[in-house]
Amino acid sequence: MTNSIDEIAGASLILAIGTNTTEAHPVISLRIRKALQRGAKLIVVDPRKTELAELATSHLQLKPGTDIALFNSMARYILGERIWNKEFVAERCEGLEGLRESLGEFTPEYAQTITGIPAALIKETARAYAQAERATILYTMGLTQHACGTDNVLAVANLALLCGQIGRESTGLNPLRGQNNVQGACDMGGLPNVLPGYQQVQDEGNRKIFSGAWGAALSDKPGLTLGEMMDSALQGTLKAMYITGENPILSDADSNHVQKALEKLDFLVVQDMFLTDTAKLADVVLPAASFAEKEGTFTNTERRVQRVRKAIEPIAGAKPDWQIICALAAELGYPMKYAGPKEIFEEITRLTPSYRGISYQRLEKEGIQWPCPSEEHPGTKYLHNQTFVRGKARLTPVNYMQPKELPDEKYPLMLNTGRRLQHYHTGTMTLRTEITQIYGSEKLDINPGMPKT
Amino acid sequence: MVEVVGWGSLPASCVTEAREGMVVYTESDQVTEARSTILELLLANHPDDCLTCDKAGRCSLQDFSYRYGIRKGPFLGERKAYPLDQENPFILRDMSKCILCGKCVRVCSEVVGRNVVDFSFRGFATKVATPLNCGLEEAGCVFCGSCVEVCPVGALSEKQMSGRGRSWQVNSVTTTCPYCGVGCQVNLQVKGNRVVGAKSAGTGINGKHLCIKGRFAYGFIHHPERLTRPLIKRNGQFEEVSWEEALHETGSRLREIKELHGSDALAVLASARITNEENYLLGKLARAALGTNNIDHCARL
Ligand code: SF4
Ligand code: SF4
Repeated sequence: MTNSIDEIAGASLILAIGTNTTEAHPVISLRIRKALQRGAKLIVVDPRKTELAELATSHLQLKPGTDIALFNSMARYILGERIWNKEFVAERCEGLEGLRESLGEFTPEYAQTITGIPAALIKETARAYAQAERATILYTMGLTQHACGTDNVLAVANLALLCGQIGRESTGLNPLRGQNNVQGACDMGGLPNVLPGYQQVQDEGNRKIFSGAWGAALSDKPGLTLGEMMDSALQGTLKAMYITGENPILSDADSNHVQKALEKLDFLVVQDMFLTDTAKLADVVLPAASFAEKEGTFTNTERRVQRVRKAIEPIAGAKPDWQIICALAAELGYPMKYAGPKEIFEEITRLTPSYRGISYQRLEKEGIQWPCPSEEHPGTKYLHNQTFVRGKARLTPVNYMQPKELPDEKYPLMLNTGRRLQHYHTGTMTLRTEITQIYGSEKLDINPGMPKT
Repeated sequence: MVEVVGWGSLPASCVTEAREGMVVYTESDQVTEARSTILELLLANHPDDCLTCDKAGRCSLQDFSYRYGIRKGPFLGERKAYPLDQENPFILRDMSKCILCGKCVRVCSEVVGRNVVDFSFRGFATKVATPLNCGLEEAGCVFCGSCVEVCPVGALSEKQMSGRGRSWQVNSVTTTCPYCGVGCQVNLQVKGNRVVGAKSAGTGINGKHLCIKGRFAYGFIHHPERLTRPLIKRNGQFEEVSWEEALHETGSRLREIKELHGSDALAVLASARITNEENYLLGKLARAALGTNNIDHCARL
């Protein structure tokens, strides 16, 4: 998120795109309600009539996968009506002319034919967003989980930049991240192309710093993404995987594909609390401790690093993941010795500029939002206040593509996945709690207007 | 309630705005006397249940009675007696203990925006209830538990914690919710080596609030299906083995494959569920020990 959760309550207009906030991020939805009580406008873009859509000032119920057409037409209208933020664009952005040209055909009337949203509503929304005092955009997987997900986000970013609705309190571009520590896993370099703090592996300077600190030569070749791993396993070039705390058989698209890929491996290790569907395929299963049994930190969606504290000893036989990883490293002839998570965190802060000023001591009372470059730094409430990371922000032309799979005669329906309030992700945890008493298994919502065939 | 010099009655401090030159006494004789009488009246219509009430030890009614030395009051009469509502798995509602403060009504309507409960009936019969007295779930409750958090007495409580330990036997450990990316601060309630409950920490982004998962979905921690021994698959069957054996097997197989097929034949899946420290170590293990950048997790899905 470019902003903090608290700032949502201060927005005068909230554009919520593909986020079922009341179910997926319940406590954030309380901030949206607060903003509404203070008189904010809420505009919801979602093919589904979610609870949020019912609270909204207006609901843009677009056809699934037509986001770019909608946002491009809003941008075109804003340019045509000359209501964009000229000062902001001149000072802080580049590429205005390229964007303008690329929007040629996207009149709101044309967008209506694609998205199903009345042109008048598109215009009204564009005007309200451009002229709002403090507009903030919230989005989640409804925007990103598409073949054109990156382009969708770019189209939305164009809008924010055009209108200068970013870099001030309560204005910004805010992906609400799904999992407790998805932000932290990315920050820590749990990605094939970057080291901790998003430092590119291809950059020699970065590799030098890390190979010095880690005492090992580092590969300059970006690794495989999760999808590529599965493909490589099927092709036989990837031979072994070590999976921790994930259940890709259930969480990845195309379960069969993942299952075949994992079965093809010569060796699979899974580290988890339960014998998940993925763990069942493993050659070795290592029992991990739960969050309540260890020390550490999670980083939430607003970049806030917060403490995880040990409440109980690990249940008999299980070990905290960090201990297992260290023990395994020793077996691999690369001993990693730490007294505990605090010492690991200190190493992280030495190597990760955005975490440098954070320490367990400072986290004792409350979390700190990165970037926090020094011990005196209070942390950062919202980003892009003065400049963007790359200097000037680029307005990027984005083409509209039809969704890859559209209903046809053989498969006439569209299935949309989403989060339930009561359960979490693959249910490894929540399906083993009292919640099953009120919500025991997944349900399918069907549009009442659907012909009963 | 407080005493304001020159005012005829004792105003409630929470709804009275301070004014220039106002002189306020918070603990004058007049104030304590009024508070004592109110407590006596509340106790006159309250079950004598402190011996078994889960709220004992953190109950405002108990605390204030102690502070003002209230014993069995001079007022005797009819007491309300409602059956215990145990219909849902999360929130126990014992409306005989309700002091009609209205906090649950307000948090539900003004903060959570659900309007599941409100005052119904009048006078002595006044009761906080759902529409037509139906169950909470039927009334549209999402079991966020904010009403339980604000209830000053034992009228609303966490069913899962009922009978699991008195407040003074339970330790509270502040940590971060393991579910979604909001990162709510949770106080795990610990007795012995067991997590017996969860409450909001009152700090962080969530303050007093949590959702159903943060407040009620901790049962997995002590679930009987938790893995307690490492497993190795032999002839298609899992066998329980020691940690040494499992780690040794894993290490040697990974080394073997690395020697035979090179580092890039290995891959690590980190996790959006484990800590920063652990993700960092996984990156270090993949890059420095295994020699590959093949590390990813499900953020891109
Ligand atoms: S918060 Fe508790 S005591 Fe107050 S009205 Fe609600 S149930 Fe009754
Ligand atoms: S309590 Fe609910 S909203 Fe808060 S972090 Fe946990 S899952 Fe998310």
